[in-house]
Amino acid sequence: MFDFILSKYNYWIYIILMMIGFYAMIGKKNLVKKIIGINIFQTAIILFFVSTAAKRGGTLPIVEHAHGHGIHHIHAASYVNPLPHVLMLTAIVVMVSTLGVALAIVIAIYRRYNTLEEDEILEQRK
Amino acid sequence: MTPQSPVLLVVIPLIFAFLTLPFGWWRKGLCYPITLVALSLSFLASLHTLHTVITTGTIHYWLGNWEPPWGIEYVVDHLNAFVLVIVSFVSLVVAIYSKRSVEQELPEKIVFFYCVFLLQVAGLLGIVVTGDMFNLYVFLEIASLAGYALIAIGEDGAPFASFNYLIFGTIGACFYLLGVGYLYVSTGSLNMADLFQILPDLYQSKVVLVAFAFFMVGVGLKMALFPLHVWLPDAYTYAPSTVSALLAPLMTKVGAYVMIRIMFTVFKPQFCIELIPVTTILGWMAAGAILFGAVMALAQTDLKRMLAYILVSEVGYIALGVGLANRAGLTGAILHILNDSFMMLALFLVVGAIMYRSGKREISQLRYLHRRMPFTMAAFVIAALSVIGIPPTCGFFSKWYLILGAIDASQWAFVAVLLVSSLLNVILFFRVIEHAYLEPDEEHAGGGSELAITIEEAPLSMLVPILIATAGIMVFGVLSGKIISTVIQFAVPKCF
Repeated sequence: MFDFILSKYNYWIYIILMMIGFYAMIGKKNLVKKIIGINIFQTAIILFFVSTAAKRGGTLPIVEHAHGHGIHHIHAASYVNPLPHVLMLTAIVVMVSTLGVALAIVIAIYRRYNTLEEDEILEQRK
Repeated sequence: MTPQSPVLLVVIPLIFAFLTLPFGWWRKGLCYPITLVALSLSFLASLHTLHTVITTGTIHYWLGNWEPPWGIEYVVDHLNAFVLVIVSFVSLVVAIYSKRSVEQELPEKIVFFYCVFLLQVAGLLGIVVTGDMFNLYVFLEIASLAGYALIAIGEDGAPFASFNYLIFGTIGACFYLLGVGYLYVSTGSLNMADLFQILPDLYQSKVVLVAFAFFMVGVGLKMALFPLHVWLPDAYTYAPSTVSALLAPLMTKVGAYVMIRIMFTVFKPQFCIELIPVTTILGWMAAGAILFGAVMALAQTDLKRMLAYILVSEVGYIALGVGLANRAGLTGAILHILNDSFMMLALFLVVGAIMYRSGKREISQLRYLHRRMPFTMAAFVIAALSVIGIPPTCGFFSKWYLILGAIDASQWAFVAVLLVSSLLNVILFFRVIEHAYLEPDEEHAGGGSELAITIEEAPLSMLVPILIATAGIMVFGVLSGKIISTVIQFAVPKCF
């Protein structure tokens, strides 16, 4: 049992982080805490993607002197997979934009209701 | 030579979105014509794409000439060519309509409005045109982020409604991204056609099953499928009327398209039908959506909010067609993507026009509207008849195919749900029509009130889009046989 957790510890960490973020998004009443929850949730996904790319003994996926010198034998096993990293670069851009839009909306809410607590806003909207 | 239109129809709105900013700062009035030019070009490109698909078959466009599965590939078959034309045409109609409504509701924000509007359309078109799972995620987020921003600039409750939408939308997008990650871990590919080839050997794998569950929940959140619809009524009620008219017909339909694409062209139909009973669950959720949407709509006094709940119920129709998983059901679902886009377009445009003229949208305040705005109300009645499903309008035909599909599948409960929902829609819309067309008795007793009412029809730039949408409802009803025989029958996956 302990081995099972230890051998896949990266996935456990990602699941625990994701659940923390998910709880904050759904359970917290403060809008900024919800946004922090979104960020934890998304960071967990980044960790998941990046950890799937790792290989034991793998190095940077840069092939030296490869250009214009014919076909080299490249052992894929000795390089980490670059694709998840690239995907996550795009995902980080998306997440930053989400954060920006969310903060802008929260500013608009604060100007209108003078509070960031969800229940107080709902109270005022009755 | 590969036709360039699939990439142009996304790139044009994207580039013009950024052009609106400098031109808008120079001359505010330029934003509107720039938007119209961009969307017209995009619409022409989508027509060209559809024409090419019909004459020569599926288009594969390799971005940067990188071969798939390494590069991103745009794949346009009958299904997405059809949805592309709907999306670009509806957004063009809404753009024509937007001029007066935006000037009245958002006079300070015209430049930014058109910039985000074009980004939204680029996102929606990108979702539909792409053949790559991760690319779809990026476009999904472009469309959603633009949507949050557009909704947040609406009336009083809008920022809060938009924030709720943002929370749910982000959960949906993150689930979708996780699904992509799981598929990538187990197959090493992100290309839809490639996944279709690799996946069948892995259908027993728990990772693939979890990925599929993530996709369904994520896309369900984006398309507001009951019980994941909670963000929709608030967001679409408080949004500016132009934005509701753009998002209500398109965002949910594009979500439905993504669901069909993932269920039948990334996974194989037998996976969703036999290996795990997704279609059965989807069918029952859809039946719930149809009834819940209609019943909740009955309880509303606000016309726009009522339409938002009707939209929840209309999403249910499409999901029901997919859930039936037979030829007639899917034909109905795909036809309903077209029909419902135009019905919702017409209804939300009419509400926008009423708001523009009178500033009111409580159902009880619509009195005398048939004499103040005769054409607008006539359009409303035609759209209402179509939602109910009266024969010459297009709504009848998609409902007809859905009922045929339910009978084919011997799902009598679904037949009953479809018929009951039609009756509920009759009650819903006649409540509105009664208030707008039939005058209360006490007013007659007073006398002379008839002269006091003058015609205050919506301005031409709003009336023409409304009439185009209404004409669309009638024309697609008459031509539905032709649409099915030229496009939709090829869009339904081959094994049905």
